Amino acid sequence: MDFKDYKGVWVFIEEKDGEIPSVSLELLGAGRKLADKRGTELAGILIGHHVKQLASPIFEYGADKVYLYDQPIFENYRTESFMKALLECSNKYKPEIILFGATSTGKDLASAVATDLPTGLTADTTELDVEEETGLLLASRPAFGGNIMATILCKKYRPQMATVRAKVMKALEREPGRSGELIEETIDLKESDIRTKVLEIVRETTKKVRIDEADIIVAGGKGLGSAEGFQLVRHLADTLGAAVGASRDVVEAGWIEHPHQVGQTGVTVTPKIYIAIGISGAIQHIVGMKNSGIIIAINKDPEAPIFDACHYGIVGDAFEIVPILMQQFKAALNREEVSHVREV
Amino acid sequence: MLHIVACIKQVPDTKIIKMNPKTNTMDRRTAPAILNPYDAHAVEEAVRLRERYGGKVSVVTMGPPPAVKAIKKCIEIGADEGYLITDRRFAGADTLATSYAVTKAIEKISKENPVDLIICGKMTIDGDTGQVGPGIARRLDIPPLTSVNKVVEINQTERTIVVHRKLEDGYEVVQSTLPCLLSVEKTVNEVPYAPFPNMLKAARYKPHVWSVDDLDDVDIKQLGLKGSPTIVSKVWAPPKPQGGEMLEGNPQQQVEQLLSVLLDKKELFQSKEGV
Ligand SMILES: Cc1cc2nc3c(=O)[nH]c(=O)nc-3n(C[C@H](O)[C@H](O)[C@H](O)COP(=O)(O)OP(=O)(O)OC[C@H]3O[C@@H](n4cnc5c(N)ncnc54)[C@H](O)[C@@H]3O)c2cc1C
Ligand SMILES: Nc1ncnc2c1ncn2[C@@H]1O[C@H](COP(=O)(O)O)[C@@H](O)[C@H]1O
Repeated sequence: MDFKDYKGVWVFIEEKDGEIPSVSLELLGAGRKLADKRGTELAGILIGHHVKQLASPIFEYGADKVYLYDQPIFENYRTESFMKALLECSNKYKPEIILFGATSTGKDLASAVATDLPTGLTADTTELDVEEETGLLLASRPAFGGNIMATILCKKYRPQMATVRAKVMKALEREPGRSGELIEETIDLKESDIRTKVLEIVRETTKKVRIDEADIIVAGGKGLGSAEGFQLVRHLADTLGAAVGASRDVVEAGWIEHPHQVGQTGVTVTPKIYIAIGISGAIQHIVGMKNSGIIIAINKDPEAPIFDACHYGIVGDAFEIVPILMQQFKAALNREEVSHVREV
Repeated sequence: MLHIVACIKQVPDTKIIKMNPKTNTMDRRTAPAILNPYDAHAVEEAVRLRERYGGKVSVVTMGPPPAVKAIKKCIEIGADEGYLITDRRFAGADTLATSYAVTKAIEKISKENPVDLIICGKMTIDGDTGQVGPGIARRLDIPPLTSVNKVVEINQTERTIVVHRKLEDGYEVVQSTLPCLLSVEKTVNEVPYAPFPNMLKAARYKPHVWSVDDLDDVDIKQLGLKGSPTIVSKVWAPPKPQGGEMLEGNPQQQVEQLLSVLLDKKELFQSKEGV
């Protein structure tokens, strides 16, 4: 294998309902940095049906090139069809690095492609860097239940591959009108070559909780004592117009459902304000919220590790502090005429 | 008659793991070895399918000799046979080398009794990648179906299977030809307490134990550390955050300071739509 043949950083672009999910845009941001450091180009690889119009946002978010496969066989994501396209493209153009979101699709596709190439694949990366001279990708991730961080290298194979967690990298500002080179590819694949069929896609009607999209999160922990005590968190969230988050222990106690869980085995969130109430601040919780804008912690134990991770801390009893906070907040709203109006 | 193979792994319980802060390595004495929790669901699903359609459930694992204990746990859940492949030459395998070795074991199992379906857990709690399942599928050239949270049906005459794959906002119903490989979510089933007869059987059970030499057509270069493209170059403790400003005073005063922090961001509270 001659490493000199391998050039450029690729990002696998996901597509859902005609849009690019934010994780792919974040990867373009991260990929741009790697490509600039290596003095090479950043490309998006886009596979789907009727997706060509998505090439321009990919350029506007930082790519120099887009490799496009736009064929009916790619109507729905299937491992076998997408994998074949990506393998063919990678073997033809030889990228040095390919990044995927650590989403169910991204992980599924990356695992299959890495096995066939074959090459090394680092899962759930949270930090990325590249050696300027050698192009060696430094992919770091939490390991052993978040107890340590590990940097993983793939020295002897190219391309180097990694899946990257959502919400840890930053997308670039969109640059309207920025454009690049669109490379349209086609692959000779028949429906009969693919052994799986998507029979139906069912969107769950109940509105899914998406706390990762909230600007403000009030999160509660075991310190609230009981399901009734946890109501305090819901009330404060209502008052502030915030989403409700929780620690894993709270979810395991059944006070709230899993989609509200913040942390390593829950959701990673980056709200503008994160208020942690009665949460001790275990490392597995911290990794899920540490990139929030302002972190506020209320805990009665002055030694709680959450105070190391917050911007503002209050040592005190939640059941004393929070009611005062709600009352003063409402009063302040009226006074300042901040119109948190609930128009009907 | 279906032959279902579940891939399982014995893992240190990362919930109660202690790290050596000097070397950043795991203190194995403090970490009891358990059956990877996700794999218990894989075995349970295999057992349920056997009960529905008839057949046999085998479990396979690559690991050190004590992994026999994890196999016994699977027998308790209801598996019929267990295979352990164990050899120093497997040591240090990353996901690519692991999928290679496990595939070689499945190929050997398949020779006696062809395999119709392979079930893996979503991920291991120590490796934590979810990559081994799809890797095995690719090596056997069968379709991988990940994120499976329900098996709807198997049609043995048509040789097809229909499953639900979990999506961010729902699920998709997918049909595949058999054989194929499923990686299952925890929500696919609940693992009940083991029935007493199974526990008796497990206590007495002796799994098949194979070394590299017992497997066929093995390319030694693809095993263990040598066969692993990824290497861990550095481990470190996650940086301790710096800590922020403590708001002092009585509760009333603390809240007043907090309020001024919040109201600095008052645009956030204005733009909310009424719901
Ligand atoms: C592999 C692995 C993955 C994990 N993933 C996650 C994850 O994704 N998310 C997650 O959150 N955890 C996760 N955990 C669990 C994590 O290690 C902690 O156990 C958990 O976060 C603790 O939850 P807690 O802070 O609510 O509870 P506790 O640690 O019990 O903390 C309760 C806190 O409340 C305070 N308190 C008590 N009463 C009051 C009061 N009246 N007013 C104010 N404060 C009060 C106490 O001082 C204490 O600090 C994971 C663990 C492992 C091993
Ligand atoms: N050493 C192993 N032996 C057998 N199966 C394994 C092994 N490692 C992983 N698996 C299977 O692959 C799944 C995903 O593992 P991982 O990629 O390590 O997260 C697990 O849930 C198991 O079903």
